[in-house]
Amino acid sequence: MSKSDIWKDAAEIEAAIDTMTERLRERLERRGIERPLMIGIHTGGVWVAERLHARLGLAEPLGHLDISFYRDDFSRVGMHPQVRPSYLPVGVDDRHLILVDDVLQSGRTIRAAHNVLFDYGRPASVTLAVLLERDGRELPIAADVAGFEAGFGADEQIKLSGPEPLLMLRARRGANPIR
Amino acid sequence: MTTPNPQLDAHGRLKHFLTIDGLSRELLTEILDQAEGFLGVAQQAVKKVPLCRGKVVANLFFETSTRTRTTFELAAKRLSADVLNLNISTSSTAKGETLLDTLRNLEAMHVDMFVVRHAESGTAHFMAAHAAPHVSIVNAGDGRHAHPTQAMLDMLTIRRHKPDFDQLSVAIVGDILHSRVARSQMLALRTLGVPDVRVIAPRTLLPTRVEEAFGVTAYHDLSEGVRDADVVIMLRIQRERMNSALLPSEHEYFQLFGLTEERLATAKPEAIVMHPGPINRGVEMDSQVADGRRSVILEQVTNGIAVRMAVMSMCLGNQHLGSQSQEEATHA
Repeated sequence: MSKSDIWKDAAEIEAAIDTMTERLRERLERRGIERPLMIGIHTGGVWVAERLHARLGLAEPLGHLDISFYRDDFSRVGMHPQVRPSYLPVGVDDRHLILVDDVLQSGRTIRAAHNVLFDYGRPASVTLAVLLERDGRELPIAADVAGFEAGFGADEQIKLSGPEPLLMLRARRGANPIR
Repeated sequence: MTTPNPQLDAHGRLKHFLTIDGLSRELLTEILDQAEGFLGVAQQAVKKVPLCRGKVVANLFFETSTRTRTTFELAAKRLSADVLNLNISTSSTAKGETLLDTLRNLEAMHVDMFVVRHAESGTAHFMAAHAAPHVSIVNAGDGRHAHPTQAMLDMLTIRRHKPDFDQLSVAIVGDILHSRVARSQMLALRTLGVPDVRVIAPRTLLPTRVEEAFGVTAYHDLSEGVRDADVVIMLRIQRERMNSALLPSEHEYFQLFGLTEERLATAKPEAIVMHPGPINRGVEMDSQVADGRRSVILEQVTNGIAVRMAVMSMCLGNQHLGSQSQEEATHA
């Protein structure tokens, strides 16, 4: 991989996650939330959530969601080849959740994640934390906490590579697809 | 030139699920991986995912089967599909005509998938050959030929206990000759790389040349056949075989081929015991074994729903992709 493929390197990402940690801590204090339940979305969201979870010192185990079964493009793209079971360590009923993903673009993944969560129960609240909030919203969904905010061309693809080190890779769609 | 597999589309994706025969290890593994993901759905408060919302699945059972039909129905409902259950008594004289008429009528009602059980071997293939291009067929058991979803739920059950197929010894005991389940199991086990597959049965209930045809080893002595096995799969004995001179009596069959704790002792200490159900207790196995610590029979039932969800969603998901290649879905 050439250097020009990297949009944000490991140090920049770790610093952004530090900033996200502080913002989440302030938000939780402000709202009087003491025992939030953190849930990462496969795959990149889980990597970011693992770091946030450790830095916030949360007591509850980290949950993870796979939204493949809730996609709204199933009849167009078929089954996602690598489905992992979702895992929620405790019930979500009446709990304050922090939902974590790597990139928020169209909002469709978060919409699907909401549907998954509500099939497990009825949370008290959901806070959305993403590493990158970028242009391209298709649904009225926004992040509560974002590590980076940036605009890109519609043909540009940004993807988190990990789990160690975390790198944000940039490629033009179709020309040099990120795998 | 090889004949194209009627179950696969031009890109090798599953379109119908008719038999294990001709499917690759990779595809069988994909079915198992997908099923593993679906197992979690039963843990949710709402035991449903919206994946196949808007699809219509018709359970077309020309042969009665409460258990299999129920698990297919539940699988389709957990995928949010609409389900039609049709129990159709078969006419022996005009089967072909009846089948095609039924198929055409239901296609006109915009059914997307037919789950078919029939006493005649080859029915599922026949329907797949005549179905409209956008319709999928899943074989829920045809004659003595195949019962591929049963075999795959057995493979999932085995994998969850013994993950390395390349190291396993698996014994299948009972009426191999008449069993579509056994045929599909032998094919699935060998395709998934199980090096040692044994079939144990009286000589009257073993197909000729079974060893060459399926790459298995035949035994006629139960204790010898299950020695050091990791998995022992018992098959259901149809009581009518007792009256057709293929078997002497239930009592004598149990004496020779019934699984008891004593006979199971020759298998590996952590060997698991399976049965497709319903069990004839005291014929195929002792209640002590059926309800014992090594029995995974009820897990098979649970896994059956997940496997059927996997197969249905893979076939339905591939229906409208046409000739385009499956692109990596955008995750944002």
